[in-house]
Order: sequence, then C-alpha cells, then structure tokens
Amino acid sequence: MFKNILLRLKQHQFLFEELVKRDFKQKYKRTVLGMGWSILSPLMQLLVMRIVFTTFFGRSTPFYTTYLFAGNLLFNFFRESTVGGMSSLMSNHHIFTKINVPKYIFLLSKNVSSIINFGLNLVIFFIFAAIDGVPFTWKFITLLYPIVYLVLFNIGIGLILSALYIFFRDIQYLYDILTMLLMYMSAIFYTVDSYPANIQNLFYINPVYCAIKYFRSVVIDGVIPAWWLHLVMIGFAALALLIGGVMYKKKNHDFLYYV
Amino acid sequence: MPVIKASGVSIRYITGDFKDIGLKEYITRKLTKNFVVHEFWANKNITFELEKGDMLGIVGSNGAGKSTLLKAISGIMVPTKGRIQVQGNIAALLELTSGFDGDLTVRENTYLRGALLGYTRKFMDEKYPEIIDFAELHDFQDRPFKQLSSGMKSRLAFSIACLVNPDILILDEVLSVGDGAFREKSGRRMKEILANGVTGILVSHSLSQVRELCNKVLWLDKGEQIAFGETQEVCDRYEAFLATKGK
Repeated sequence: MFKNILLRLKQHQFLFEELVKRDFKQKYKRTVLGMGWSILSPLMQLLVMRIVFTTFFGRSTPFYTTYLFAGNLLFNFFRESTVGGMSSLMSNHHIFTKINVPKYIFLLSKNVSSIINFGLNLVIFFIFAAIDGVPFTWKFITLLYPIVYLVLFNIGIGLILSALYIFFRDIQYLYDILTMLLMYMSAIFYTVDSYPANIQNLFYINPVYCAIKYFRSVVIDGVIPAWWLHLVMIGFAALALLIGGVMYKKKNHDFLYYV
Repeated sequence: MPVIKASGVSIRYITGDFKDIGLKEYITRKLTKNFVVHEFWANKNITFELEKGDMLGIVGSNGAGKSTLLKAISGIMVPTKGRIQVQGNIAALLELTSGFDGDLTVRENTYLRGALLGYTRKFMDEKYPEIIDFAELHDFQDRPFKQLSSGMKSRLAFSIACLVNPDILILDEVLSVGDGAFREKSGRRMKEILANGVTGILVSHSLSQVRELCNKVLWLDKGEQIAFGETQEVCDRYEAFLATKGK
C-alpha cells in the first residue's frame, strides 16, 4: 500500500508542488515578517517560559534553556502540523468535489509547510544549545529517529482529524482541549524526576512526550534511549497511520456528502 | 472499443440531518431515533456508450441528475449500482471557477489548475502563453485572481481546459461564458477539439448549442433515462416535451 501511495504521489508531483506553494502563500499573505513569525513566536514563548519557570525548575535542571526549547520545539511542531492538517481536507472541498484527485494530497502539502517551519526552528534550537554549552557529539545523528517518527505520527493524526472534521466540526474544540492536556502531560517546563519510577513510565503513553524525551536524552544527557522506546515510537506512528489510512480508504467516496 | 461505457448506472444520493449538525445533536438524535437521512436515486439505471470522437449532449431540467452523472464519470463518485468504464484521461470543467484561489495570481492559478487537471509542469510551461493568449488576459498575469471580473475568470478556466488536449472533455454549462466575441471563439475552439477526435460531454440548457455541437444526446428526467440517441430525434422529442410542460 505504501509503495502505491508513493507511486501516485509521483504521478501527482506537479500538483503536490503547486499545492505546497499555495499553502505557503496563504499562510503568510499580508504579513510583513512572513516566515519571520514562525521563528519569532516560538522564541517569545521560550523567553516567557524561561523567565517564569526558572525560579521553580531552572536551578535544579541542567541546561534548562535547552530542556525547555526541546519540549517547545517538538510540541509546537506536533500542534501546528495536526491543527493545520485538521482543516486541510475541508478547506479544499471545492476541489475534491469537482476534480478527482487523491484526497490525502491536501494533508501532505499542508504538512510540508509545518515541516519547513520545524526545520528552521531546529536550526535555532541547535544554536541555543551551543550557546547553552551543550557538548555536540556524533550521537546527534540519532535525532533523525524522533524527527521522522514525529513527521509520520503527525501525518497519521492529521489523517484521522481531517476525516473526523468533515463529519463533526466539534472536533476542533475537542482537539483544543486535548492538545492542552497533552501539553501539560509532556513535561515541557517541568521535570518528571520527582515522580516515582512507575509514574514516570506512565508519561510514555503520550506519543509526543516520547519524542521530547528522546531529544533531551540525546542532546542533554548524551545517551541514546533504550531499544524499547524505539519500539513504542514505531508502534504509535504505525497505529496513527493505520487508523488514518483506513478512515480515508473507507470514507473516500463519502466525504463529498458532508461538505 | 467505447471510450465511455455506462451500464445500468444508478447512484444513490444521501442528504438530511447529518449535515451541519454538531456532535451533541448527532448523539441526541441518534438516541431519540430522530435521525433522518433522506436517500434518493439521483440516477436510475442509465446506460450509454460513447465512441472516440463522439460529443454527447446531456439535457434535462434542474435536478435531473446531470451533474451527478458527470461526477460519476470523472470518478469523484462511485455508482451505487452498475459500472462506468472510462478509457483515457479526463479534463472536467465542472463549475468553472471553483478551485481557483483568490489570493494567488493569474499565473499561479493557471499552473495550479493545470496541475489539478493532471498535466505536467513541462506541458504547462509550453502551453502557458497560448492559454493566456486565448483568455485575453495578457495584462493581468500577475494580478491576484480575485481582482478579475467573473467573465475573465470563466475565460481563463475555459482556456486552460480547452487548450490542452485531453482524451475526454466534460463541459458543464460552460459554453455560455464571456461576451459574444469570446463565446464565438470558444465555440470554434470546441469544434476544432472535437475534430481532433476528443470525446466530449456537454451539459447545456441551450438546445441550439446541443444541436450544433453534439452528435448524441442523453435526456434525463428526475434521474431516469428518458432517451439516448441521435441528436435530431432526441432533441425534437425533448422540445415537444418542454412545449407541453410549458403550457
């Protein structure tokens, strides 16, 4: 099935490129800073958190700026990609009800712009980490693993959300609440060290936390996480993609009745 | 071998309460068994065949199921019963100006539409000057699409779909776009395309247009296939039907 999708994508490569361009232009239309905003707003967020939380957690946590940034970076990527993805199908209904194109292409093109954003912020993250005095090692290469994981996981969740959104617009409000909960469960500004070990392990049921944990482990502690975390992550990504893919496949010809 | 073959095509369309209701409404209506879904057959047992070079006119009053049939032919909907077989790539012109983005320029929209219709970038690079020429939009290439008049928008859409050469061309009420001069030009262009062996489907309320361009006609009424055959015969019958209905 995966090979099939790649094949169809190749066939629709031109369309894909044009959609990516369009999404990008739509996003930054009539803004002075344009892409500058995608860098500025996470930095402001980081600044505020750094000021507010340093008194509580900053003293006991080594490289607290890097610690905070890693959490923010990955969580923002997840949120931007899935929230943007949710409306991707709906906002293109005038196209897919008129022209026969693979419907997931809208979600994928939307994801490209959040991946580019993430890439920019990743560079800034490394600059901050360097300023923070984090030692850079060869192990940083393994960071590709959580990045690819999050890209796939985001696409899977995006598929699920965009399909649900066609049927129930309530999803956007429910999802707001859910992402807020998820954010507090992601240990972005606090550390989980004060919890007993078995509670600490509970954090791994949060798919975003897995990626954040991986990042911090490699960047701050210089340790590649255990094999079981890799497996858990594969499981999460596969599950999200599977559910999303099945929903799209089953509802492919039903979407147009609901828009 | 027929280019388009529809055998016993029926399409069930659903409308009703499920649209525009929230999750809470959905659940309460499901629980109170108040949830109503209307089903109706937009197309009932439709059968026809088109050979290469045929131009089919579809006639019928509003709600006859013409657009639904076009959607099934272009693969957007699947028939509930029956089968539609299509050979070759389709350029659909369903509701001309939809799918354009108001904030993109004319040039960007042209490429986007070309991509949506399944052409390659190379092909669009080649055809772009010709498209703009035909649409007479030279001075507007870098203007945002929303600044165009509605006539210009339709002209652009028509030009994109016609200047490229699809195997199958579907036209839904599009030949009435633009001013008189453009209409004449587009009519000529249509005949040229048809002379090249393109198979076409035209939905039109203008019987004179159908008589002029089509060699076959399909007459639908409330989803039923009333007649399919030679233009002359079906058009005459349809005209007689309209005359009795008008009284």
